[in-house]
Amino acid sequence: MAKATIIFEDIDVTVTAPAGTRLIEISEKVGSGIVYGCREGECGTCITKVTEGWNNLTEPSVLEDKILRENMAGKHNRLACQAQVLGGVIKVKPV
Amino acid sequence: MSKLPQLTISGIAQAVELSERVHWIGAMDPSLRNFDIILKTANGTTYNAYLVRGSEGVAIVDTVKENFSNDFFERLESVASYDEIKVIVLNHLEPDHTGALPELMRRAPQARVYISQKAQSMLKALLKQDEFDFTSVLTGDKVSLGDRTLEFFHTPYLHWPDTQCTYLQEEQTLFSGDVFGCHFCDARLFNDEVGDFRFSFEYYYAHIMRPFKDYVNKALDLLEPLALINILPAHGPLLRDQPKKYVQRYRELSSSVLQSEIGAGEKTLLIFYISSYGNTRRMALAIYEGAMEIEHVRVSLYDLEGSEVAPFVDLIEGADGIVFGTPTINGDAVKPVWDLLSSLAVINLKTKVGGVFGSYGWTGEGVKMVEDRLRGLKLRVPIPGIRIKLIPTEEEIESCREFGQHLAQELLGLRQPRVIDMADLA
Ligand SMILES: Cc1cc2nc3c(=O)[nH]c(=O)nc-3n(C[C@H](O)[C@H](O)[C@H](O)COP(=O)(O)O)c2cc1C
Ligand code: FES
Ligand SMILES: [Fe+2]
Ligand SMILES: [Fe+2]
Repeated sequence: MAKATIIFEDIDVTVTAPAGTRLIEISEKVGSGIVYGCREGECGTCITKVTEGWNNLTEPSVLEDKILRENMAGKHNRLACQAQVLGGVIKVKPV
Repeated sequence: MSKLPQLTISGIAQAVELSERVHWIGAMDPSLRNFDIILKTANGTTYNAYLVRGSEGVAIVDTVKENFSNDFFERLESVASYDEIKVIVLNHLEPDHTGALPELMRRAPQARVYISQKAQSMLKALLKQDEFDFTSVLTGDKVSLGDRTLEFFHTPYLHWPDTQCTYLQEEQTLFSGDVFGCHFCDARLFNDEVGDFRFSFEYYYAHIMRPFKDYVNKALDLLEPLALINILPAHGPLLRDQPKKYVQRYRELSSSVLQSEIGAGEKTLLIFYISSYGNTRRMALAIYEGAMEIEHVRVSLYDLEGSEVAPFVDLIEGADGIVFGTPTINGDAVKPVWDLLSSLAVINLKTKVGGVFGSYGWTGEGVKMVEDRLRGLKLRVPIPGIRIKLIPTEEEIESCREFGQHLAQELLGLRQPRVIDMADLA
């Protein structure tokens, strides 16, 4: 199965995970500062800055874009409970 | 004796004049004893709504709980007609202030609703109607009523995500929503006339605002510079006497409880445990010793059986890391642990580090359950918890010591960069 490499910059941890895994599932396992509320793309608690490998994540849905906008998230931000890793290298950190 | 504002005439509710252009049009709810499940009130509450008259139209700031709509509309009608209403401001969307909104919009269809940017998606869930217009606003946005101007301040999470405060510039009056409010019902209305409401003010802060201290501090940065003649909150007394004192009190309440002895660059780690036969206690001691080997981390050890919950909540609020030790009993972590964990909603736990350990007999699910709970409470749990079957061996005690060391290092950001395969994390 395809694997992705995710680097959590706030805790200096690198994880390899199968394609399709949501960022939040990885984050909670390794204890990064990216935390969650609803886990359903609604509350914006899990907003995460993607500093590298934006295209190695699934595209944000219309709904995710809306929540990001509503929370005035900056560019390069994603909801960790929605973004799934596709492959390659992805660097993230809590906002 | 002070003069009571005239709240009704011949059974019809009347607006109370606060200035030539500002009226209170809220409602009294003296018999309420319990609010939002989490709050008690010994003498009810008020739902404060306000009407502002400008040369080019009227604004309504907040409404009331639905079953008090009559009082609200009668008071409104006593000073304005519906077709004059140009603006409706909702400082947050909780039903105690938006209960009369749908009816108000029916009566004043030309009025435009002003809500904070974060309120958009909630407004739909609240009104159950999709197509109507509103303007979403942020700090610095203004709406003009001719010779009166309302300015908005985005103060998220005080106490709902969509909270804002609204400032009437020409009168230096802040409509603060639930901020600076309290549940206290007294027909004399003004803070220099009502009975002693200090307890209610502090209690309201402790239960409603305390979880959002960081946001309170950010909001105060915005509000402190304002010239203030009045603070008009959404519940309780109207603060016309020394309004700045209440702002200052919020600042005090949002700073640390006790002056801590912990130096800059030092981190604090609290270890809480409970133990029936001493096995989880042995683990706790080893973790304590391990953590103490790391410089610049101040470690404390507490037996949950030795205290009430409240002081522990205060301690946790100021700590950088917290560790829980619980045996598994009847397939669960034990009640004193859950009691403490279910009391933490009044403080902010985000960015704190958590860890769990415990002795067990045959299933040992308690540790995992508490770990999940800590994650749910938004702590980060960087090191998998330790479960030890019955009495710990020397080797196992050593692993507890390491657990303590690693947690302490984690707090200082000292752990080596790690590479992990997701498959290895059970
Ligand atoms: C003091 C207070 C705090 C709240 N906190 C949250 C929260 O953190 N997350 C959430 O999803 N909803 C929160 N809510 C919203 C309630 O869940 C929502 O109003 C719900 O509809 C209440 O349901 P009920 O009518 O059954 O009591 C909060 C409401 C109040 C009054
Ligand atoms: S956890 Fe709520 S949006 Fe991701
Ligand atoms: Fe509220
Ligand atoms: Fe309220």
